Amino acid sequence: MTISNYDIDRGLSLLSMMQRIRAFEEQARLAAVRDKLVHGAIHLSIGQEAVAAGVMMHLTRKDYMLSTHRGHGHTLAKGANPDTMMQELLGRSGGCCSGKGGSMHIADFSVGMLGANGVVAANITIAAGAAHGIKLSGDNHIVVCFFGDGAANRGPFLEGLNWAGVFGLPILFVCEDNRYSATTLTAEMTAGDGPAARAQSLGLSTTTVDGNDADAVADTAGRLITQVRDTRQPAFLHASTYRLDGHTYFDPASYRPDGEAQHSARTNDPITRLRETLITAGLPAHQLDALKDAGNDEMTHALAVATDAAWPADASVFDDVQDIGSPRQDAY
Amino acid sequence: MAIMTYAAAARLAVAEAMRADSNVWCIGEDLGRGGVFQQYQGLREEFGAQRVSDAPISEAAIMSAAFGAAMVGTRPIVEMRFADFALCATDELVNQIAKARFMFGGQSRAPMVIRKPMGMWRSSAAQHSQSLESWYTHIPGLVVVCPATPQDNYSMMKAAIQCDDPIVYLEHKDIWANEGEVDPDYHYEFGRAEIRRGGGDVTLVSWSNTANLAADAGRDLSSQGIEAEVIDLRSLWPWDKSTVINSVKKTGRLIVAHESVQVSGFGAEIAATVAEHALQALKAPITRIGAPRSLIAYAPNLENQLRVTGQMMVDAAIRLCR
Ligand SMILES: Cc1ncc(C[n+]2csc(CCOP(=O)(O)OP(=O)(O)O)c2C)c(N)n1
Ligand SMILES: [Mg+2]
Repeated sequence: MTISNYDIDRGLSLLSMMQRIRAFEEQARLAAVRDKLVHGAIHLSIGQEAVAAGVMMHLTRKDYMLSTHRGHGHTLAKGANPDTMMQELLGRSGGCCSGKGGSMHIADFSVGMLGANGVVAANITIAAGAAHGIKLSGDNHIVVCFFGDGAANRGPFLEGLNWAGVFGLPILFVCEDNRYSATTLTAEMTAGDGPAARAQSLGLSTTTVDGNDADAVADTAGRLITQVRDTRQPAFLHASTYRLDGHTYFDPASYRPDGEAQHSARTNDPITRLRETLITAGLPAHQLDALKDAGNDEMTHALAVATDAAWPADASVFDDVQDIGSPRQDAY
Repeated sequence: MAIMTYAAAARLAVAEAMRADSNVWCIGEDLGRGGVFQQYQGLREEFGAQRVSDAPISEAAIMSAAFGAAMVGTRPIVEMRFADFALCATDELVNQIAKARFMFGGQSRAPMVIRKPMGMWRSSAAQHSQSLESWYTHIPGLVVVCPATPQDNYSMMKAAIQCDDPIVYLEHKDIWANEGEVDPDYHYEFGRAEIRRGGGDVTLVSWSNTANLAADAGRDLSSQGIEAEVIDLRSLWPWDKSTVINSVKKTGRLIVAHESVQVSGFGAEIAATVAEHALQALKAPITRIGAPRSLIAYAPNLENQLRVTGQMMVDAAIRLCR
């Protein structure tokens, strides 16, 4: 990229989405730590926003996306409404899953977001199946499936990638490699050369990108998504990144070497990096600040809405279990 | 009415459903050649390789990819080959398929028929013989059915394919070749047991192939002057509590028989429910007949040590009625 041909509009739209994700998660953290309104674990993607923003900008609502336990950013970037997302984190009836799923099962089918998952790697085979369904129905959408570096050590990674290759399915796998599996360095638990090498060995078209460079992610993902749309064959994107927070909001991450997170925050924060690019491209700082403020306002509002929202009706715990043999019908 | 085998009855139901709805498809290992028990014979020729699809030996992916495809609007029939191998896809069934609709607040459905051939069959030993139906009854979100006759394997398969819930469909491997009349117009209603034989002396509740043994035992008992009411539950979740309880209120005696291990078997749930709702009607203690809590062995004489037989039911009924 040279600054003269830099796509300013795209840069602004990436920055805007990243600021929204960052602001959503900062509000979610406040809701958890300050307000004590988040009841279970939440996993923040602070520091990893460029991957969500750079990939999802190439999808339409009719494309499907499946996510992980660290799925707020993906869900927002896919177009979900932050008000209903925040209500879900707070367990309220207006939550996108009616308060039944919480952060780890966040989903918004109306925008093609087919669910985060509390089981590492489980979404990989499900996503392959969604792509299989698309192929059977003759639709022309595609599927994007996110997972972490740790997921490459579970069976569904092998079974799901193999499946996509064998059946020739329109799916982009995105491995967000933040180097940690919870509190363990993934490299210490992984034989061979890691997720990209494994994907390659299964015959998938595999590309690696600096996941903290929003423009690079957008370029690479754009090319791969076009390729998946055209060829109807799977592809694999390995994005290296770093989570600035703990594994969960209550994890102090003391297992990391001293200064590692601080160094990354100083030198490799994807938002700071994109801001610098935009400033070099000639944009005034106040215009970029305005995007940040807009994100903060939107998400502060989302938290306010969620804080005041109603709890789900007690009896709704018996809804949407099953039609046949529903707990509502069970006479005894 | 036509006479057909248990395998052919299910095959016919699948073929009819596939003709009626292009969203119905089958996925599993070796289906292109008709499936390991020929229960898919001829379907590849009629519907092609995409809709009668072979799969890699990836049980977790078979289960879960079918689920993904169900979430986007198809209606998969999943073949697990042997119920034992479905354990390789436990997370996919229990944590994903059974829970998705609820966890996502009703945004998704998993209309799936998950076929798991179960039970003792030709010295298949410990990893190819199990009856684990009671496990699945413990999982909210799943429907659990165990057809015992060609008629039921036709009608229940048809109902299962039309249902929007995930259905654990347990066929018994030892009765693929059993023949019987199949009335295509018979409508199966989930949760409705079938009274295979009426009687006023003792209630004999069973399902799957053990229900066939129970029906034979009922005939035997009748020749000895004891009239057993033989109930084939057909579906374990939901199960037909009122038919069982009403029968026990009439007979005052209950025997529950199943091929699976007696400890924590579904018979225990039935016994407890009857004790809760019809204790006063009981003239004798409830009898459970299930396999001893040991492992299914290869040698036929060892396998027979664990086999639940009709004779056990006859003996138990005579004991209770004497
Ligand atoms: C099957 C399974 N095992 C363990 C866990 C607990 N767990 C939740 S997140 C996580 C780490 C996952 O690491 P990675 O896939 O790299 O994703 P990241 O958290 O780094 O985003 C673990 C071990 C789980 N949720 N599921
Ligand atoms: Mg990781």
